[in-house]
Amino acid sequence: MSEPMLRLEGVRTDIAQYHILHGVDLDVPQGQVTMLLGRNGAGKTTTLRTVMGLWKPRAGRIMLAGRNIAGQDPAAIAQAGVALVPENMGIFANLTVEENMILAAVSGPIDPARLDWLFTVFPPLKTFWKNPAGNLSGGQKQMLATARAMVEERRLYLIDEPSKGLAPAIVSTLARALRDLKAKGATILMVEQNFKLARALGDQAAVMDDGRIVWAGPMATLAGDAGLQERLMGLSMEGHA
Amino acid sequence: MVRILSGDGPRSAVLSLIVAAIFLALAFAPFLFPGSRALETAARIAIFIVLVASYDLLLGYGGIVSFAHTMFFGLGAYGVALSTVHLGRGWGALAFGTLSGMVLAVVLAFVIALFSLRVRAIFFAMITLAVASAVAVLVSQLSWLTGGEDGMNIQIPRELTPAFRADFEIFGTRITGRILNYYLVFVCCTALFLLLLRIVNSPFGRVLQAIRENAFRAEAVGYRVVIYRTVATCLSAAVAALAGSLFAIWLRYVGPDTTLSMEIMIDILLMVVIGGMGTIWGAVVGATIFVLAQNYLQNLMGAAAEATAGLPLVPDLLNPDRWLLWLGVAFILSVYFFPAGIVGRLRSGR
Amino acid sequence: MTAAPDHTPILQRPSIRVRMEPWLPVLLVPVLVLLGFVSIANPSSWLTLTVSGLAMGMMIFVIASGMTLVFGLMDVINFGHGAFISFGAFVGVSVLIALSALTGAPSLMLNLLALLAAVIAAMAVTGAIGWGFERVIVRPVYGAHLKQILVTMGGLIVAEQMIHVIWGPKEIFIARPEMLKGSITLFGATLEKYRLVAVGFGALVFIAMRLVLRRTKIGLIVRAGVENREMVQALGYRIRRVFVGVFIAGSALAGLGGIMWALYQELITAHMGNEIMILVFIVVIIGGLGSVEGAFIGALLVGLLQNYVAYLEPKAALISNIGLMVAILMWRPQGMSPVIKV
Repeated sequence: MSEPMLRLEGVRTDIAQYHILHGVDLDVPQGQVTMLLGRNGAGKTTTLRTVMGLWKPRAGRIMLAGRNIAGQDPAAIAQAGVALVPENMGIFANLTVEENMILAAVSGPIDPARLDWLFTVFPPLKTFWKNPAGNLSGGQKQMLATARAMVEERRLYLIDEPSKGLAPAIVSTLARALRDLKAKGATILMVEQNFKLARALGDQAAVMDDGRIVWAGPMATLAGDAGLQERLMGLSMEGHA
Repeated sequence: MVRILSGDGPRSAVLSLIVAAIFLALAFAPFLFPGSRALETAARIAIFIVLVASYDLLLGYGGIVSFAHTMFFGLGAYGVALSTVHLGRGWGALAFGTLSGMVLAVVLAFVIALFSLRVRAIFFAMITLAVASAVAVLVSQLSWLTGGEDGMNIQIPRELTPAFRADFEIFGTRITGRILNYYLVFVCCTALFLLLLRIVNSPFGRVLQAIRENAFRAEAVGYRVVIYRTVATCLSAAVAALAGSLFAIWLRYVGPDTTLSMEIMIDILLMVVIGGMGTIWGAVVGATIFVLAQNYLQNLMGAAAEATAGLPLVPDLLNPDRWLLWLGVAFILSVYFFPAGIVGRLRSGR
Repeated sequence: MTAAPDHTPILQRPSIRVRMEPWLPVLLVPVLVLLGFVSIANPSSWLTLTVSGLAMGMMIFVIASGMTLVFGLMDVINFGHGAFISFGAFVGVSVLIALSALTGAPSLMLNLLALLAAVIAAMAVTGAIGWGFERVIVRPVYGAHLKQILVTMGGLIVAEQMIHVIWGPKEIFIARPEMLKGSITLFGATLEKYRLVAVGFGALVFIAMRLVLRRTKIGLIVRAGVENREMVQALGYRIRRVFVGVFIAGSALAGLGGIMWALYQELITAHMGNEIMILVFIVVIIGGLGSVEGAFIGALLVGLLQNYVAYLEPKAALISNIGLMVAILMWRPQGMSPVIKV
């Protein structure tokens, strides 16, 4: 494998006067799922938001398929092929499910075959197609947010903690959908606290602490080494597993 | 001296000189500048300094934009007028009118603040604009009570009218009731100005500024933002009403155009921004420059318009009636480039 | 957050009270009309007042819609919006005066042609001024409400003065086009023709605006942007461009409202915009900042109340609208239909 789809080099991000990222170096290989792990406040969400352009990095390079996108405007980064499922889902509550999806299809009308696929992986979307998104339950909103990112093929999917606060049944629906997406050859960078889900989906893993990547390598290595897990993430991870 | 100024002096040599000059000129105006027009201008400057400074408490220190400041000003003025009409000429009537105007202003300010600040600070600007306009329309319509568009003449104690002449002279100028009236205005305005200076330098004033900088953090630290803003609104309204009472007593007349109009509100806004928001001293500079410009700039523009009479459009732009155009441009530029106004410039250039 | 409903894809039907909640404000309009009917006690006067109230409401809505969207989309509060009303009125009236041959002719076609020319001119000029206003006045002060209010107020002062420079300091009288003069009688009520036209035209603008907002992608972007600007950008839309477009459209609509108002009053002054803005602010506040539907309902309420009260007790008209605002803010502190901000 030659060049990674996404490469972060020494990325530093400040929010107001606070330094959040202190030089993040990270490779996201093409066609694989990279899991971004770490305790709360380690800078995982900030890393995703910085890649998306929602925070501007103070220093460092963000290479998307060999081109530096650091400091660009989020719309330009989206057009370069990056999709985001944000932590708070970013659903437009006053718009219907359909309208949310139409908006997400930036390049034109939604491809019917793609939509059929999304309906199979997320059946509630079909049921509530004409309903305001604000009326959906939490799990359905998460499905909509994920489906929105998947409505067109993108180079890179950034997915921020999709399992947060959801019941196991929904989490497995999401996991199936993401596995489907991965099977289509997608590149995914995903933040996840639920280690069971992370282990099931991830090819690569990167662990963050205090605004830096402290360990990166194959997920299998991390999953097979309880001592390493313990050392990197402490006991907090076990609670979720 | 430092204590009188609440430890918050002009803090700039040039500014100190300017303020001292303005103070001395106002203090000795009846003797320095003979003629009733000069005295008129001096009294107007003194009253507007207080009015603008009270507005600065709200805008510059509280970060709240109000368009109802003239309404409070007018309440004070109409309070005096109505009380002298119904209670007759006398000191008691003046005091009662002043006090009731002030109380009414505070109550109204409290109600408006309660409604708008509770929700969003920007509602305040819109709601005050609507309420103040409605009150201005109402006052000009209720002619049986307020004299309508014509306004009302005010009977003040004889000792304050030009008809009263004292038996002695100072610096060769005979002391008249008019001069006594001027000193009533001057002393009251000086006291009110020092009071405002004290308020903004008190712990209350500092919290207000902290809220202006970051309302969210101030709330998190434990200050009730709404309460502080409401109190600031009420204080500012009270001082504005007092200034209005003084203005009515000085003019011996009150009408919608002299106290309630939107034009005066815009004048206040211009004075505070050009003088310097959040400095209190900006009110002194801003009001003085503005009131002088109102007379002087228009003459200058008239001359310039005549000189350019041959050109297209230019004489129209320089027409003396269009002086607000140029002040408006100056206003926009100063919001962009000198948000701390003249005072801020002088202080940083020291 | 419970997950139970996810397994059974049936939306729990909320109680009727919950489902009616968003529609309550809509009901206020017929309630007010009914109240007017009862208190005026004279059906023909009531009909006349209702039509002029609706006409006034429609004009205020045309003006307020742009203002509320500009706020919703970019959090920009434009106190200079009134300048566009005045400019629209002056440009439109100038065109109508220049085309007096058309407006004076007893032909509806020619009259409407002149009117159309005036409307297009007014909207084009105010749209262009809006574009400049956004670039020069508003753009440097994004995110700072205090400066926005001050600077846009300064822009208003300058704009009003420019009207004096261009058109002179005097008010201008304007006669309505020949075929829109006079009135018709319906059920014994005298209804001015122009007011009926204004009601129809205002309704048309509302329907067109709703169609754009509901059925086009631009409309979707605007509605989504009012809710969550950041996510719209993350989807790949340049919200700034959309905003400039909305600002221009909003300014042009204010200009349209200006020319409509000019023909309603048959008199224009440089500060007319600022006077109308008082009602516009009330409408925008009670409608809920950012909500076009709320502004529509609010505008109808304000227009109707203004006319009913002016008939019953002329001096209380403006105060009654302040009372309406207070009552609605007590009921819903964010306005009638606030847009849910994420």
